[in-house]
Amino acid sequence: MPRPEFVYVSYIKTTPERLWEALTSSEFSKRYWFGTELRSDFKVGSSFALVTNGATSDIGEILEADRPRRLSYTFKHVLKEGLRDEPVTKVVLTLEPYGDVVKLTLTHEGFTPQSKLLDGISSGWPAIMSNLKSLMEAGEALAMPPPCAEDKQ
Amino acid sequence: MTIDKFKPTLVYTIYIKSTPEKVWEALTTGEVSAKYFFGNSVEVAERIGGDFIVRQPDGALHISGEVVEYDPPRKLTVTFNVNWPALIEKLGPTLVSYEIEPAGDAVRLTLTESHDRPLSDDILSGGRQGWPAILSSLKSLLETGHPLVVKMAPPTRMLAALKALGIATP
Repeated sequence: MPRPEFVYVSYIKTTPERLWEALTSSEFSKRYWFGTELRSDFKVGSSFALVTNGATSDIGEILEADRPRRLSYTFKHVLKEGLRDEPVTKVVLTLEPYGDVVKLTLTHEGFTPQSKLLDGISSGWPAIMSNLKSLMEAGEALAMPPPCAEDKQ
Repeated sequence: MTIDKFKPTLVYTIYIKSTPEKVWEALTTGEVSAKYFFGNSVEVAERIGGDFIVRQPDGALHISGEVVEYDPPRKLTVTFNVNWPALIEKLGPTLVSYEIEPAGDAVRLTLTESHDRPLSDDILSGGRQGWPAILSSLKSLLETGHPLVVKMAPPTRMLAALKALGIATP
C-alpha cells in the first residue's frame, strides 16, 4: 500500500528562475506564506526551518536543490501537540516550463494513515500556492487569513 | 438524480482574488469559460434537471450533462460526460461540483470530481491533468485579466486505457 500523500499542481505565468527564487527566498516567502520565513541556504545537506513570528513550526534538511528544476526537503512538524509526534515527511517541488508558464508540482509524502498533519497541510498548501501565484502574476498576495483544517466540514 | 453513491476522486482547492458572483459568472458563462477552458464554452440551465453543455470552439458538442445542484453563487453540481462513443456506458457518469466560499477578501473555489464506481488511475489522469490547468487559468483571468496559454493534449496513458476499454477518442 502506498502511504498517503498530498499533490498540488499549479500553473504560474513566470519563469522557472523567478519561481525558484520565490520558493527559496526568506524575505519573499513571508509575503505568500502567511508571514512565515523559510530559513535555509538551500544547499543539499543544509538545515531547513519554517519560522513565524519567531516560532519554529517545522524543520528539515535539504535533500535536492537542482536549480531551477527540482527542490526537495524533509519536513517535520515540531510545534503543535498531537502533530509533532508524527514521523518525518518529505516535500518535493518540481518546476517545468510549459510554453510561457511554469507548471509547479508540489508533492508532500510519507504520511501515516489517519495522519492529522496531512489534514493540516492539505488545507494549508492550496492557500500558500494560490498566494504565490497571485504574487508572481498580479504583484500582490491575497488578503485572507491562513486556513486551518477545522474550516473543512 | 441521486448522487449518494458517487465518491470523490479529485478535490482541487484554489483561492482567487474575486467575488463569489464573479467566480460564479466565470463558471457558468460561455464567453468567459472560452477564455480559460481551452476555448470551450459552457451552457448551464438555471434550474435543477436542466442541461449542462460544453461546446468546443467549432461549436461541436464536447460534454453533456444535467444540472444536479444549482445555488448561485455558492454551489453548482453537474454531470459532466465527455461525448466520446461508449464512454458513459463503460465508465458511468462523471459528477463535477464547484463550491464557492468567501475567504477574507478572496474566494475559495473547491472543485470535486466524483464517480459512481472505481476507475483506474490511468482513466482518472485526464481530470488530474486538466483541472489544475483550467482553474489556474481561471484564477489568472479573474486576477490579471489574462488567462494562461497552456496547450495540452489528453494524457497518453488515459487515451490508451480508453482504447483498451473499446472507447473511441478523437
